[in-house]
Amino acid sequence: MDNLILLNTVILGSIAFVSALILYLVSKKFKVETDETTVKIVDVLPQANCGGCGRAGCADFATACAKADADLFANLYCPVGGQKVMQQIAAIKGFEVAEKSPTTAVLLCQGTCQNAPSKVVYEAVSSCRIANRISSGQSGCPDGCLRLGDCIKACKFGALSVNEETGLPQIDSSKCVSCGACAKVCPRGLFEIRPLSQNGSIVYVACRNKQKGATARKNCKAACIGCMKCSKINDLIKVENNISYIPADIDASRFGEELAKNCPTGAIVYKENVVE
Amino acid sequence: MSKKYTFPMGGIHPEKYKLTANCPIEDAGLPETVCIPVKQHIGSSAKILVNKGDKVKVGTLIADADGIVSSDVHSSVSGEVLKVEDVAGSTGYEEKMITIKVEGDEWEESIDRSDKVVKEINFTPEEIVEKIRTAGIVGMGGAGYPTPIKTSIPEGKKVDILIVNGIECEPFLTADDRLMIEKAEQIIIGARIINKALGIQNAVIAIDENKPHAIATLDALCRLYVGVNVKVCKTKYPQGGEKQLIRAITGKELPTGKLPLDVGCIVQNVGTVHAVYEAVMKNKPLFERIITVSGDGIQYPSNYRVRVGTPISYLIDKAGGMDESVSKIILGGPMMGNAIVNQSAPTTKLTSGVLLFKEDNISKTEASACIRCGKCALVCPAGLRPFAIKQAITYNGPTDELRKLHAGDCIECGCCAYGCPANIPLLDYCKIAKQEIRKK
Amino acid sequence: MLKISTNPHMQTSRNTKSLMLDVVIALMPAAVAAVLFFGLDALRVILTSVAGCVMFEYLACRYWLKIKNTTSDYSAIITGLLLAYNLPSTMPCWMILIGSFVAIIIAKVCFGGLGCNIFNPALVGRVFLFISFPVQMTVWPNPHFLSLFSPDGSTGATTLRMLKSMNNSGEISAEMYTIDELPSYLDMFLGNVGGCIGEISALALLLGLGYMLWRKVITWHIPFYYLATVLVMTTILYYTTGNAKFLPMAHLLSGGLMLGAIFMATDYTTSPMTVKGQIIYAICCGFLTVIIRSFSAYPEGVSFAILIMNAFVPLIDKFAVQRYYGEKK
Repeated sequence: MDNLILLNTVILGSIAFVSALILYLVSKKFKVETDETTVKIVDVLPQANCGGCGRAGCADFATACAKADADLFANLYCPVGGQKVMQQIAAIKGFEVAEKSPTTAVLLCQGTCQNAPSKVVYEAVSSCRIANRISSGQSGCPDGCLRLGDCIKACKFGALSVNEETGLPQIDSSKCVSCGACAKVCPRGLFEIRPLSQNGSIVYVACRNKQKGATARKNCKAACIGCMKCSKINDLIKVENNISYIPADIDASRFGEELAKNCPTGAIVYKENVVE
Repeated sequence: MSKKYTFPMGGIHPEKYKLTANCPIEDAGLPETVCIPVKQHIGSSAKILVNKGDKVKVGTLIADADGIVSSDVHSSVSGEVLKVEDVAGSTGYEEKMITIKVEGDEWEESIDRSDKVVKEINFTPEEIVEKIRTAGIVGMGGAGYPTPIKTSIPEGKKVDILIVNGIECEPFLTADDRLMIEKAEQIIIGARIINKALGIQNAVIAIDENKPHAIATLDALCRLYVGVNVKVCKTKYPQGGEKQLIRAITGKELPTGKLPLDVGCIVQNVGTVHAVYEAVMKNKPLFERIITVSGDGIQYPSNYRVRVGTPISYLIDKAGGMDESVSKIILGGPMMGNAIVNQSAPTTKLTSGVLLFKEDNISKTEASACIRCGKCALVCPAGLRPFAIKQAITYNGPTDELRKLHAGDCIECGCCAYGCPANIPLLDYCKIAKQEIRKK
Repeated sequence: MLKISTNPHMQTSRNTKSLMLDVVIALMPAAVAAVLFFGLDALRVILTSVAGCVMFEYLACRYWLKIKNTTSDYSAIITGLLLAYNLPSTMPCWMILIGSFVAIIIAKVCFGGLGCNIFNPALVGRVFLFISFPVQMTVWPNPHFLSLFSPDGSTGATTLRMLKSMNNSGEISAEMYTIDELPSYLDMFLGNVGGCIGEISALALLLGLGYMLWRKVITWHIPFYYLATVLVMTTILYYTTGNAKFLPMAHLLSGGLMLGAIFMATDYTTSPMTVKGQIIYAICCGFLTVIIRSFSAYPEGVSFAILIMNAFVPLIDKFAVQRYYGEKK
């Protein structure tokens, strides 16, 4: 009986010892060298792993931050964590960080079911990418929203949802972290990450249709027709390919209301207090 | 003739619906205006040579090939150029087109309009290739690859066999079938012309067994000509796919990324071969082709000889018009063709059919859950596993897995989606996968 | 208004529902055989099991998953039929309902419903009952051809139980059988033997197989390679050891082998998707069946063999890749 207990103890003990030895050796052999700064940076990152920064994930971003010098660091930005997180990282690194105004994604299309009624219907087509390949879309506008919601599926933060009335995706800017996933997935590039002005307002041309004014209007009431009225208000606004673009540095709080009021088709959108 | 050729891997047997197999080719006549796209082929757009207000004749060169992989475009009617600008095509996207108002039917003098069959080939290979080039001939099976490239062999390559593709495995379409019956001798001479350009003596006309009339006609005529033979293939979709046809006739398989030339084959569609005959022997550029107008939404299904640029709506009206019950218009065959949104869009050198369908016969059902039956892998003629490809798509992520699955080898025949009992649009996923691989 | 959709614009008339319906039809001969040999008791077992499975599926869809009701695709009916076929005719109704619950809820819905389950639901249900109620699950009423009820309530041993007891060691136990006591091959083929209600008649099951092959529901690979492996292995064992317990034809015709090879191992969701994978899977199933039947405590091994191989299906799917066009031979 004593023998049995002894034998068991010896066997189990030696198994435990050998296992521990193997574990120790393996952990030595395959040890991943991690920089102390990287670990610290990882800790302050939001861990959304969204890829919004252009890196493979938060760990990759942290490594990039740890390696970067002051110049390179200025180009790195975590859209999810925003200014606050970047300041924390800068503190770890001992850098200054430039002020960056808050941003949000905007949809550059107003082809709602009312503005751009469907002329044909999709049957069992479930993805914008596929729809974009096979036709110009239900409304006929070759540059407008396809209204099938690939962007909604791509958004990891629940900031996008379908507006049942308009058929278009709507953006909840208070949830939007400007990661750019929607912009990447949209086959027609209808999303733009735009900065908000100081009072939280925003102004942009919600149309990308490059067709001539008359053709564009035939498909959509809210199309930009390239009438140049907006460029007369502010000469930084350029109209190219029958389409106007309002540069991001135009102050929405100053010009926004005027621009929107003077746009004959309502293609220019001005919103106040985007983030509540 | 007893042996029936086919490819061993995958394939399906959809219903044939060859409603127009016994309808002789009719001339569709002239519409009021035609819109001729300057890009009806793979490669770069042709350079436009005409301006608004210019007078053109039938066969006048209106756009010139831009580079090697490009093709000439000729006017298909005589009249006045109305405009040269972007017009919405069949998909609704705009393309550069030359719109011509039809006035009379005056042909270029150089074109031989007689019905006499010219049999003697008195041209050198270089002359033949040049004539094919100036006639603007492209692969009429659907790909639109410029034919002159396929008839001039690069240094160091050797061709053993010309395969004339008379399979037409798509349901409903009978344009090639009728062409083989009515222009049999021209096709054989056309094959001999291409043979001469290639410097070989061996041409095979492959026809599938559901075209007995075409087989009989061509087989009888082939006895009079050296080096051209008819081979009968089993009726199976996609027997007319280039890779599948080469496997069926020669037993060889094209490795990934290789051209038919690399296994000593050249494959040409019967329509292309007929166009080559007309170009070389009759000096007639490619400006008209045979189009099947069919489907259950069409009152008088027919085969028409149609000038390039004729609006699709004109053909529909010609075949009895369209009523409310039509829910889909498809350009090409039902397996690989596209549902179109714009009826005023023109037909091109590549349009093989215009099909109209009523609601109930062609409606698609929403996909249900995959039951892992594996039928998609069983029917794939490229030996792929569409279910695995669907799962491996990452959207903007890494594409290594897709490459491992050889998603790039998909021939987009649609067998997987046809055979899926859960109605999953597997072909759509395969196309996305190909797009993802190409992006990287 | 015109419609746009992606090509192909044609589709087979075969959908999930029609495939499943074909399997149900293919299972009918076995039901007829069951009623012929075990009377109304068999019918009671079948109806209880099918009703149980359909009910649980309906409830799960309605109140748990909150998705469109999937009972109309017949898959629950197939699970119910297969579960019933794996039970003896004396099984009490409440136990059958527990089996249906385990099959549908635990083995299928918990994994995500149709197409997502790893293990064959009917087999999970059967094995659960087999382990929970070993006594009731191993009472085998004797078959009585064309009588509504079992006239004497007599029970007996299954062919496999008899085979199991044969050995060369010379030990004599109360349950020893000799080779002469085995039912005739004709009885085994027609189904005039004791056993689970659906597995007894090889003829009925083969009729079902013929129907499924004709309707192209399944390919021949899994049943063929499964049965062939069992036949080959038992033949080798029989002639090398000379032991009567390896009698090849008896193994082929008795127990759940036919039912398993034709209907259980071929279940779409729990079998590999490529032909190559299916062959590997079928051969492994056959191998395990013979091993369990011959060398374990259980006389029957089909359920365990298939369940074990079910677990390997994802692995097989990953590596058993079919040859793609243009690949070097």
